[in-house]
Amino acid sequence: MTKVTYVENDGTRRDIDVQDGENLMDGALDNLVPGIDGDCGGVCACATCHVHVDSEWLDKLPPMDATEDAMLELTDDRNESSRLCCQIKASPELDGIVVHTPAGQH
Amino acid sequence: MTETVVIVGGGQAGAQVAVSLRQGGFDGRIVLLGDEPVLPYQRPPLSKTYLAGELARERLFVKPAAFYEKVNIEHQLGEAVCAINASEQVVCLDSGQTLHYDHLVLATGGRVRPLPCSGADHPQVNYLRTLADVEAMQDKFTEGTRLVVIGGGYIGLETAAVAVKHGLKVTLLVARPTPLGRVTSPEVGKFFEAVHREAGVTLRCDTEVVAIEDDGGDGQVAAVVTSCGYRVLADLVVVGIGLLPNVELAQSAGIACDDGITVDEYGRTNIDNIYAAGDCANHPNPIYQRRLRLESVQNAVDQGKTVAATICGKDKPYAQVPWFWSDQYDLKLQTAGINAGYDQTVIRGDVDSRSFAVFYLREGRLLAVDAINRPAEFVVARNIIGKNIVVSAERLQDESIPAKALADVPVNSGSTEDTTKDDAHNQERVA
Ligand SMILES: Cc1cc2nc3c(=O)[nH]c(=O)nc-3n(C[C@H](O)[C@H](O)[C@H](O)COP(=O)(O)OP(=O)(O)OC[C@H]3O[C@@H](n4cnc5c(N)ncnc54)[C@H](O)[C@@H]3O)c2cc1C
Ligand code: FES
Repeated sequence: MTKVTYVENDGTRRDIDVQDGENLMDGALDNLVPGIDGDCGGVCACATCHVHVDSEWLDKLPPMDATEDAMLELTDDRNESSRLCCQIKASPELDGIVVHTPAGQH
Repeated sequence: MTETVVIVGGGQAGAQVAVSLRQGGFDGRIVLLGDEPVLPYQRPPLSKTYLAGELARERLFVKPAAFYEKVNIEHQLGEAVCAINASEQVVCLDSGQTLHYDHLVLATGGRVRPLPCSGADHPQVNYLRTLADVEAMQDKFTEGTRLVVIGGGYIGLETAAVAVKHGLKVTLLVARPTPLGRVTSPEVGKFFEAVHREAGVTLRCDTEVVAIEDDGGDGQVAAVVTSCGYRVLADLVVVGIGLLPNVELAQSAGIACDDGITVDEYGRTNIDNIYAAGDCANHPNPIYQRRLRLESVQNAVDQGKTVAATICGKDKPYAQVPWFWSDQYDLKLQTAGINAGYDQTVIRGDVDSRSFAVFYLREGRLLAVDAINRPAEFVVARNIIGKNIVVSAERLQDESIPAKALADVPVNSGSTEDTTKDDAHNQERVA
């Protein structure tokens, strides 16, 4: 299990245990975290699972591929900390990771 | 008094309406009625990762069961709605139960087009629309099984791709000159034809199925007889030849239908307090200035949102650029827009590299793109189409300009002003 903290736009924090190997979009959906829709089911086709990742965790993530990079352009509030969380898999190295759901997705 | 919204159809669109109603602050009663015995699920993986056995069943569901409970969405599954009494604002279920509604949403989707030939009821003939369809044939997805796929649309091609990867012996029969003939172009169709052949699929185009015969007399093996006289033996046949929108319920209640349930830009039918969304709905599209009935997740989700907004008294006319995806082998096809009526194609990139985009234009305006392993082109095309920016064919083709920058054309070269996206668009088209 990997502890993931999802922070909503209004500051609400939720600590969720996500099964290792599951992605952070599924983790959010299973635990009814608002602001993450995941319309394409996690195949990097919809960009409705955008999160901002706390800076200290960014370097620990596997680099994004070209599809994720391109799809992020569809989101309103993209910045250096943007990722599509269906592309992030829970793993021991990420235990404690903090991600924020952007205003536009609420 | 609290209001009741009844949603008929527990698919992607029906679920979205329910979710968006709560997100939009609707605090009345929401009842979701579906004839499939399961909570709303996503169909795209049925012909992709789920068929391949790579996705757990619980991952198919749009929302977990706890979600419906938490936000108080009632659901009643496994039973069909058989009639609507619009003057009394009541729906009737198969069991005879009746339910009053203040707002009624029809999200009835569609059903597979049946194979129109003799022997189509052979026990080895399957369709691929529902979870039950997949589960009925999954144990045959094993090495050596002889599979005949009838239909060269997305579902047929995806099924063939999964099957050949699993070691089935796959024959794909396509009625048109190329696969994907209805939705893409000969260029893209020929590309996918080559990809499937290379992967080991036996593919025959311009081939109609004229009959299904029982080969051994025991229902185990089907013989698929084609217009060119072939007789292909199959342990399993999968038919994917299109969808018929479920409109009969609406029709019998006097709701206007014409290739789907006719709705306006707010998702309203011609009868007060009755709405429709998803595969069953036919809407006026402001981008293409004509009516469209779409079969995609994007359309189900966005129309679901529109209908929920309308019920909540908010103004959210449906005006999205349609988009779609299909995964086959290592290829991700992403389509934005609708190419119908194009008079020019522009290919960006090299087809042989398996990474290229085909842009479709009419009178110099971009209508659509098919982007194969080219996500940036897909993204920029959505932008160009949504904002009705004029980008020349030369520019679209020019790979020295990064895809991202394709839409960055000076305003005086013909782009409409980038105000609220869809309005700018309409004015220009209408003018
Ligand atoms: C195999 C497959 C692969 C696909 N792949 C993609 C893809 O990659 N990308 C993409 O964008 N789209 C894809 N699609 C299309 C997409 O899944 C559909 O557009 C979407 O599911 C439409 O949702 P809907 O809610 O309108 O209809 P449906 O999902 O069909 O839901 C309608 C529901 O209503 C029920 N119903 C109908 N009548 C009644 C009644 N009278 N009473 C009670 N219930 C009723 C139906 O049984 C059904 O459960 C795919 C579809 C299939 C089948
Ligand atoms: S869920 Fe669609 S891109 Fe992440």
